[in-house]
Amino acid sequence: MQIIIKTDWCKSCGICAAFCPTGALSVEPGEKARATDVEACTGCGLCERLCPDLAIEIIKVEVSI
Amino acid sequence: MNVQNYVRKRFLPHLWCPGCGHGTVLNALLRSVDELGLSKEDIVMVTGIGCSARMAGYVDFHTMHTLHGRALAFATGIKMSRPELNLIVPMGDGDALAIGGNHFIHASRRNLDITAIIMNNHIYGMTGGQFSPLSGPGTTATTAPRGSIDPAFDAMDLAKAAGATYAARTTTFHVRELQKMLTGAISHKGFSVVEVFSQCPTYYGRKNNTGDAPEMLKAFRDETAKIGSKTLDENPELIPRGVFVDRDAVDYGEAYAELCRNAAKEAPRC
Repeated sequence: MQIIIKTDWCKSCGICAAFCPTGALSVEPGEKARATDVEACTGCGLCERLCPDLAIEIIKVEVSI
Repeated sequence: MNVQNYVRKRFLPHLWCPGCGHGTVLNALLRSVDELGLSKEDIVMVTGIGCSARMAGYVDFHTMHTLHGRALAFATGIKMSRPELNLIVPMGDGDALAIGGNHFIHASRRNLDITAIIMNNHIYGMTGGQFSPLSGPGTTATTAPRGSIDPAFDAMDLAKAAGATYAARTTTFHVRELQKMLTGAISHKGFSVVEVFSQCPTYYGRKNNTGDAPEMLKAFRDETAKIGSKTLDENPELIPRGVFVDRDAVDYGEAYAELCRNAAKEAPRC
C-alpha cells in the first residue's frame, strides 16, 4: 500500500489519524499528517474520503512474490 | 481515483479552515462525478455567497459564483437554455434556506432538473458565526450569546412539502453514504436535494464547545441514525439520515420542451 500525502494541501486537522481504523496515520500538533505505519494500512480508503483538504491518496500496489 | 484530477490545482490549498466539512463534501462530490463518468464540460456548478460558495472556484467544471441566495435562480436560467448540462448547486444553510429560501421552494415546486446540495454547518461561518434558520434552539452564536430561541427548519420536510422529487440527508462522517446520495441526486431526473451536516469547528464548534473537527464528526456519528434502522426506532431523539423522497414526476424542462413543440405545431411560423 502506498499512502501519498500532499503536505502542501494538508491543514493538520487530524481527522485522518482520528478515524484510521489501524492507526497507520498520525498528526502531531502543528505538523502535517504522516504515514507512520504504512504496514498497518489496509487500503480501506477512509482517510482519503474523509480528508477535507483532498490531500491523501491511497494506491494499492500489487506485489508478486 | 485521484480527486485532484477534477480541481483547479492552482487555487489549492483551499481557503476553508482546518477541519471544515465543506472540503469533505467537495471530496465526495468529485468521487460521484468520477463514478458517473460525467465529462467536466457537461457540468455547471453555480454557487451563491458564503463559505460553501467558494467551492465553485476549486472545481474544474463550468462555474458561476453569483449572488447570495440566488444560485438556484441563475441555475434555472442555465438549465432552461442548455437543458443537456448537469447543474450542481452547492449552498450553505443560510444561503439555501434564509436568503435563498424563496428560490429553494420554487425550484422544488417546479421540479427543475438541478442538484442542490445544502452544506448545513448550522451557522453563518464566513460572516463571523451568526445563527441561521437551521441552527435550532439552544445554539450559541455571535448573535445569540445566550442561545438561539429560533426553531429550525427541517430541510427534508421543507423540500418534500415544496415538491422536490429527491431529498436525502447525511453527514460528512458518513462519506460513503454521502457519495451514494450525491450520485443518486445527480442521476435523478428532477429537483434533488442533498442536505449534508458539515462541521464548522471555527465558529459553530468554538461557540458551542463541541471540540475539534474529529470530535464534531464523532457527534455526527452518534447523534444520527439511518431511517428504518432499529437504532432510530429505539432512539427517536436521534436525527434521521437517509433518502426521504425519491419519486418520479415530469420535470420542468420536459414540460417546457413539450409546450414549445405544441406551440410550434400550432403556429409554425413563430
